[in-house]
Amino acid sequence: MNDWETGRTMAAKPRVAIVGAAESDLGKTPGRTALQLQAQAARLAVMEAGLTFKDIDGVFAHTEGVFPSLLMTEYLGIKAKYADSTSAGGLSNCSHIVHAMGAIEAGLCSVALITYGSTQASDASRKLGGVADDPRSPRSQFVTPYGQMTPLGYYAMAAQRHMHQYGTRPEQLAEVAVSARKWAQLNPRAYRREPLTIEEVLSSPMIAEPLHVRDCCLVTDGGGALVVTSVDRSKSLKKKPVYVTGAAENQSHQFTPFAVKDWLDTGLAATAQRAMQMAGVTHKDIDVVQIYDHFTSGVIQALEELGFCKRGEGGAFVTGGHIAPGGTFPMNTSGGGLSYGHPGMFGIFLIIEAVRQLRGECGERQVKDAEIALCQGASVVFSGHTTLVLQRG
Amino acid sequence: MSATRPLPQAIDETKPYWDAARAGKLLVQKCSSCGTYQFYPRSYCIACMSDKVSWVEASGKGMIYTFTINHRPANEYMKDKVPYAVAAIDLDEGVRLLANIVESDLKAIKCGARVQVVFEKVTDEITLPQFKLAGSALSQS
Ligand SMILES: [Zn+2]
Repeated sequence: MNDWETGRTMAAKPRVAIVGAAESDLGKTPGRTALQLQAQAARLAVMEAGLTFKDIDGVFAHTEGVFPSLLMTEYLGIKAKYADSTSAGGLSNCSHIVHAMGAIEAGLCSVALITYGSTQASDASRKLGGVADDPRSPRSQFVTPYGQMTPLGYYAMAAQRHMHQYGTRPEQLAEVAVSARKWAQLNPRAYRREPLTIEEVLSSPMIAEPLHVRDCCLVTDGGGALVVTSVDRSKSLKKKPVYVTGAAENQSHQFTPFAVKDWLDTGLAATAQRAMQMAGVTHKDIDVVQIYDHFTSGVIQALEELGFCKRGEGGAFVTGGHIAPGGTFPMNTSGGGLSYGHPGMFGIFLIIEAVRQLRGECGERQVKDAEIALCQGASVVFSGHTTLVLQRG
Repeated sequence: MSATRPLPQAIDETKPYWDAARAGKLLVQKCSSCGTYQFYPRSYCIACMSDKVSWVEASGKGMIYTFTINHRPANEYMKDKVPYAVAAIDLDEGVRLLANIVESDLKAIKCGARVQVVFEKVTDEITLPQFKLAGSALSQS
């Protein structure tokens, strides 16, 4: 069938593949630095691919400090021909995949290393917002004086709006956290594995209505790394490749989303459409989904914006164990940012879990015959979006 | 000792806004070329790129697009204020901004509620535009 008959654009042949994926030590890593954690993950990911640092000629790094790609090249002794320190919040490493894809296809580098690391938990450094930055910045002038928590306050506001428009209930938000915990109980690497009930989520302290403590992602330490190369090169490497078949990103603002008229339609849908079109897949083709779960309400909204359910129906969609182990919609199978861990930025961990699912390495939590995965990276205050479609090679 | 409130520092393109707030007026920018309102203030109109942007006094009336009630303070200063409301306000002129809902019953705050600007003097230099529920009978206490 041609695309006139199917109404679909024929997928381009995949050209890049993920050939290495690893985390560092996770949870609490007192005494370690973010640099150490990402270097630890980088070594594991490169070794897993059967490569050495001498094979790496592209470096994509994201940490809180300045010039992260320079620091990684120095620590690992890499001579990078191409480097990228894109820093756009939680989705950064997802966007690094998009950028590595472009660089590899353009022949600017051949093997890309993507890294992330944070010791946010040990440093007790998660900022609630209102922390002094340049007092002349748009945020400092028009947001910070009002005591808005960033990003939490904005997601609380979006959730409030969702409840107002669609009658979404707090227990539906809580079910997202409970489902994540059930997946975490199947993942030995997850940080929080003790049972969690809807009642416990609802009785945890309120932070900003309607979000309770247990509606929010964890604060942990951790690092991650990915190795990306051409599909041609991937065939001779140690691990079965995972192809990047679809990739799309967008960015629209930093800390002041005043120009986004509808805070329940924030631009994610456009990246999902572009990525899925590039991959030549539709929703029913996707076997496992990794959604950026910074907040439970954000998951409900992302499911709608990604098109897995209709707008306003996200609350009902997550209800009744639908997204938990044993449900019909396997997502956030690591336990996600809500229960596996959330070292500041979660993007790289979404991809690591998707890669492992597509390789069939997930043990008890393995989604049977997982062939196609979708990852959704989120940024700051719905400031940008990255959607990736990955396929078993 | 109580913490100091994080306050804005005006720059040339925002100075008229903060000067007006100190005088009890809410100003927004309107493009003289294409008529678009914009917030926050910028050196030129981002809709048509014209540098002929003028300042107009807003009606001060608007609607709560959405809001949250904070039970944890965003910073040291806000510790004494919890619980407090932060809202995204759609001014009748069509721009959205952020402010606290003050002088109002927190329980009465709803998406879609009408609000009216009020001004909170913080220092000699800075007065913050704030909003209260329209018709709110609560007096400041
Ligand atoms: Zn204009």
